[in-house]
Amino acid sequence: MALKDTINGWARKLPTWPVYALGALPPFWYLYLGFTGGLGVEPISELEHRLGLLGLQFLIAGLTITPLRNWTGVNLIRFRRAIGLLAFYYISMHLLAWLVLDIRDPARIWADILKRPYITIGMLGFLTLVPLAATSNKASIRKLGARWRQVHWLVYAAVPLGAVHFVMLRKGWQFEPLIYLGIVLGLLAVRLLRKATRMRPHRA
Amino acid sequence: MGYKSKLSWADVTPKAAYLNRRQIMAGAAGLGLGTIAGPVAAEVPLDREPNTLEQITSYNNYYEFGVQKEDPARYAHRLTTDPWSVVIDGMVDKPGTYDLADLLDGMDIEERIYRFRCVEAWSMVIPWNGFELAQLLTKVGVQPSAKYVAFETALRPDEMPGLRSPVLDWPYVEGLRLDEAMHPLTMIATGIYGESLLGQNGAPLRLVVPWKYGFKSIKSIERITLTDEEPPTSWNKANRREYGFYSNVNPNVDHPRWSQASERVIGAGFFAPRIDTLMFNGYADEVAGLYTGMDLAKFY
Repeated sequence: MALKDTINGWARKLPTWPVYALGALPPFWYLYLGFTGGLGVEPISELEHRLGLLGLQFLIAGLTITPLRNWTGVNLIRFRRAIGLLAFYYISMHLLAWLVLDIRDPARIWADILKRPYITIGMLGFLTLVPLAATSNKASIRKLGARWRQVHWLVYAAVPLGAVHFVMLRKGWQFEPLIYLGIVLGLLAVRLLRKATRMRPHRA
Repeated sequence: MGYKSKLSWADVTPKAAYLNRRQIMAGAAGLGLGTIAGPVAAEVPLDREPNTLEQITSYNNYYEFGVQKEDPARYAHRLTTDPWSVVIDGMVDKPGTYDLADLLDGMDIEERIYRFRCVEAWSMVIPWNGFELAQLLTKVGVQPSAKYVAFETALRPDEMPGLRSPVLDWPYVEGLRLDEAMHPLTMIATGIYGESLLGQNGAPLRLVVPWKYGFKSIKSIERITLTDEEPPTSWNKANRREYGFYSNVNPNVDHPRWSQASERVIGAGFFAPRIDTLMFNGYADEVAGLYTGMDLAKFY
């Protein structure tokens, strides 16, 4: 109890801008590492992978805010927009690294998007995030009203698409991406369960 | 020399220079960008510079030691390579368990610089030391009924942490048609840059088939079997649609999940473009004849 209240107290007092400021740094840090040999002998693939993974981790972090409040009472909802926008930022950089540093050739990029299922799925995931990022401001919330929440249900499609993209790009069925997919499906399942259990009394 | 390699040992710089080539190559890649590299994949120079020993020993696929590229360099030193023996059996005149020294006895160890193309669309140039597989097969006597050669990697649960993961059906197995195995380009490598192979590169002896995707070049071989049936191969067992028995480097036949038309050059740096992948990894003059009349899209 005490711990929860302490955390909530801090969460109310802390400003959110440092989250944006610190969160903006990793892509620049990775670029620096890439230039100085810190990303190994295949820096472009490593840059793509690190940005993509960080994006997925932030998407997952965004999905944990609500269950965390429901189960423990810890309320970090003030930081959810920053977490979501940072996830979008990392995934945009991930896409940009692939377009500009890796493939470069527009014809091959287009062919990959159409022909490679894991890239098709990754692109779909990215596109479903665009309206979320575009409407993550107070003006949009006011303007869209109740529809704003419906638009943001797109995140329930975007995150599993990102996790499936991760599973598919590895050779064979590998442990690490399957763990991520499992966490994502788990976070979606607890929402469905909660919805189901909350609806039952009304029907009775 | 002709069929062996368009590169010769003389192209390799002295040790002091290659250990430090990383920086030189990064610089050269930067210079090259302005002249040859447009936004699209650059034309492939067949006489690409060999990669540095550091690059060759730090970026590896050897799933017995883990699925990350740095895992083999981290864990493969645990592999006991002395003593080492290789079982040679099946349709051979002199089957048996050969101690490594007996197996190497009489083999002509040469230096050969080969391009190495991974199925994941990256590539290196590696100066191997080793001998032609044909020489070993001749030594043990291949019987006329044999049509294929099967290979098997060591299986050491105590030394290979990656075996705990069921990503492949262990032990790792590979195979070649007999004419591929007897081809003068096909070699058993025992070293790189004149030094003994490290665990991550498949110590103490591994196959090198430069016109096929890297996973065909099986590492740390413990068994060689001559057979009259196409032997099972690990990646084919894991995913038949994605990895065929032949797995010849072919820019026109894509992996179902990614294009094989181009490749990233390891060590070329941040701004280097991809390069076009060549048919049979640039060894078409030497090996295309092995596949005359075969539909390479069907026998991928």
